[in-house]
Amino acid sequence: MGKRKGIESSIALADAAAMCRVDGISAYPITPQTHIVEHLSEWVNDGKLDAEFVPVDSEHSAMSAACGLSSVGARTFTATSSQGLALMHEILFIASSMRFPMVMAVANRALSAPISIWNDHSDIMAERDIGWIQLFAENGQECFDLTPLCFRVSEDKRVVLPSLLNFDGFIVSHMIEPIEYWDQEQFDAFLPPFEPQIRLDVKNPTTMGVVGVPEIYYETKMVHHDALRKAKAVVKEGFAELEKTVGRKYEVVEKYKADDAEVALTILGSLAETAMTAVDNLRKKGHKVGLVRPRLWRPFPDEEFIEAVSNIPVLGVADRAYTFGAAHHPVASEVKSVLFNEEKRPKVLEFVLGIGGRDVKVEEFEEMFMKMIKVKDGAKPFGIEYVGVR
Amino acid sequence: MEYLNVYASKLIPERELFASGHKACQGCAPALALRYLLKAAGPNTIVCNATGCMEIISSAYPDISWGVPWIHVAFENAAAVASGVEAGIKALQRKGKISKGKVNIIAIGGDGATFDIGMGPLSGLLERGHDVLYLCYDNEAYMNTGIQRSSGTPKYASTTTSPAGDVIPGQQTVKKDLAQIAIAHQVSYVATASTSYPVDFIEKVKKALATDGAKLIHIFAPCPTGWRAKPKDIIKLGRLAVQTGLFPIYEYCNGRYKMTFDLPFLKSIKYYLKIQGRYRHLTEEMIKELDEDLKQRYRWLETLARETKEAK
Ligand SMILES: Cc1ncc(C[n+]2csc(CCOP(=O)(O)OP(=O)(O)O)c2C)c(N)n1
Ligand code: SF4
Ligand SMILES: [Mg+2]
Repeated sequence: MGKRKGIESSIALADAAAMCRVDGISAYPITPQTHIVEHLSEWVNDGKLDAEFVPVDSEHSAMSAACGLSSVGARTFTATSSQGLALMHEILFIASSMRFPMVMAVANRALSAPISIWNDHSDIMAERDIGWIQLFAENGQECFDLTPLCFRVSEDKRVVLPSLLNFDGFIVSHMIEPIEYWDQEQFDAFLPPFEPQIRLDVKNPTTMGVVGVPEIYYETKMVHHDALRKAKAVVKEGFAELEKTVGRKYEVVEKYKADDAEVALTILGSLAETAMTAVDNLRKKGHKVGLVRPRLWRPFPDEEFIEAVSNIPVLGVADRAYTFGAAHHPVASEVKSVLFNEEKRPKVLEFVLGIGGRDVKVEEFEEMFMKMIKVKDGAKPFGIEYVGVR
Repeated sequence: MEYLNVYASKLIPERELFASGHKACQGCAPALALRYLLKAAGPNTIVCNATGCMEIISSAYPDISWGVPWIHVAFENAAAVASGVEAGIKALQRKGKISKGKVNIIAIGGDGATFDIGMGPLSGLLERGHDVLYLCYDNEAYMNTGIQRSSGTPKYASTTTSPAGDVIPGQQTVKKDLAQIAIAHQVSYVATASTSYPVDFIEKVKKALATDGAKLIHIFAPCPTGWRAKPKDIIKLGRLAVQTGLFPIYEYCNGRYKMTFDLPFLKSIKYYLKIQGRYRHLTEEMIKELDEDLKQRYRWLETLARETKEAK
C-alpha cells in the first residue's frame, strides 16, 4: 500500500500521470492548471520520467501535438483549463474521432468575458459533445485515483477513446490534502503497457485522417457514438478493479444518503462536498435529503441515474454554467431529457450557482433543500433559481 | 545540383510512393512536388499533412495515394502534429518500444496553411528544433476553398477575395517571405525550390533530411486552376518564376546562403504574367513596379549570398 501525503491535488495528479509511465506530454500554461505541467516537466528534467515533454506554442498545438504523439503509439497526457480548452475545441472532436486514447486533466474554470480565473463549469459544458469520456473528480484523492483509471479505460481495446478528467480549478487544484499514493507496482498492475492496435509505422504504412465521403462519414460517427456509449461498462469494470487495488469505491452515479431521500440534489464537482454538509445538517433535523451525482458525465449513465432518482419525489439540479438563451442549463437539460419518458420520475427543480467562483455556503444549500421540501409538500414548483445572484 | 547534367532518370528512384490516380487537376504542380518529395525521402517516412488541396486529392477513403504512413488532423496544425509524431517516435525508440532507425518526419502545408493560419505552430516547430522537415507547397492562394487570397498571394494577383476591381486592382499586399521567417528561427537548413526543377528539389530534400533538427523547404508550385493558366504552361511558369528572379531558389545552410543558379541576367516578367489570367488586368505601370521590386529583392539576396560565402 502506498503512503499518505499532505500534498496539493495538482501535484498529486501530475505524480499519478508520471506513475502511469506516460511517453509524451504536450503542455501549455494556463491558470489554474499550470502546476500539473510544471510538475511533470520536473519529473522529466530530473530524469525520473522517461518521456518527451513538448512545450508547445498554444493549447491548439498542445492538442494537435497530443494527436501526433498518440498516432505513433505513445501514452499521451496533457492538461488545460478554460480558455485553453476552448482554444482546443476544434481538435478535441478530431482527437476522439481519430480514436486517440490520450488523457487530459481539466481544472474547470469560467470562460471569458469578463476574464475570470475562478471556478465554474462553463469550460467543460461548452465541450460536452466532443466525443470524449468525461469524469468528475471532487477532491485530490479522486484526481490521483482517476488518472490511471482514465488511461485504463481509454486504452481498453473495446473503447480506444480519449478521456477527460474534470476537477474544480483552485478549489481542488490548489488544495493541499492528505492523499494516499499508490505504489508503482499498483500502477503497473492496474495499467498494463499501452499496446495500440494501429500506429503510424514505416514498416506497416497506414493512413489516418482521411476524407470522409458521404458513403462513410455517417458510419464513422455511429461507431464513435457506440464505442462511447459502451465505454460505461469498461469504466465500471475499472472502478471495480480500482476498489480491489486500493479499496476505494467509485460509482458512475454516486449517491449520498439518497436511498430513502424525499428530496435530492444533483451537482457535479467539488461543491458536492459542501452540499453533503448541508445534507448532514438537515438530516439531523429530520429531513430526508440526499445527493445524486453523476461522476461519469460522458457517456451519461442514464440507466444508473434513473434508477437512483426514480423513487425520489423531488430532484434539484444545480448547474454551474449557462446554456445561454436555452430554456434549461446543461445539467438540467440532460437530466430532464433522460427522465422525460420515465413513468416514475421526480419533479425536477433547477438551480444555477457557483458561477465564476461565486462562493456557495452550506446555508445556501440548506435553503435550497428547504425550498425543494416545500414543493414536495405541495407548493408550486418554481422556475430556475439563480442562487446568490444580485 | 551537381548532378543536373547527368541523365536524370538514372538518379531518381523509379518507385512511386505517391500513387497516380489521385484527384488533382490536370497540370497540378503541387502534386508533382509530393511525388518528387517521396522519391527523395523514400519509404522510411511519416507524412503529416495539413488540410488543403494536396490532402483532399490524395486521401478520399478508400482511394489513398500515400505509400508511406500518413496523418491529417486539421488545417493549421501540421507542424504541431509533426512535433508530436517526432517526440513520440523519439520517446518510444529510446524506451525500446519500437525499433530504432532513422524515420523521416515531414510536415506538409500549402501557403494558406503555412503563411497564415499555421504560422504559430510552424514557428513553434522551428523554435523547438524538432527533427522535422516542413514542406510548404506554394500555389499562392487558398485553392481548395476556391482561390482566395493568402499572405503568399503576390501583389496585384486577382483572387476570389482580392478580385481585380474597378478601384482596387487585385491583391494589395506584398508576398510574405517565408524562407526568411524560417531563417530567423536560426534553424540549420532552409531552401526554396520550384517544381520545374525536380532534380534540384530532390537534392534539397535529401540534404534537408540529412540535417538534424527542424528544416524548411518552400517550393513554388504553380496551380493552373487558380492562376487561370493552361496546364501545358505549368512547367514553363515554374521555370520563368526562377529565371525572372521573381522566386529565387537558394539554400541557407548554417548561416550561409547559396544561390542555386548563377543567373547571368534576369528574364523579363512580362511573358510570365501574360500567360496567367490572374494578372490579366495589369497595367504597364504595375508591371514596372513589380519588376523593380523583384530586382531589388534579387540583388539583396545575391549580396547576402556573396557576403556569407566570403565569410567562410
Ligand atoms: C480552421 C479552418 N479554417 C478554414 C478551413 C477551410 N480550408 C480548408 S483548405 C483551405 C485552403 C488551403 O489553402 P492552402 O493551405 O494554400 O492549400 P491549397 O488548397 O492551396 O493547396 C481552407 C481555407 C479549414 N479546413 N479549417
Ligand atoms: S486547384 Fe490547383 S493546387 Fe488544387 S488540385 Fe487543382 S491544380 Fe492542384
Ligand atoms: Mg495554396
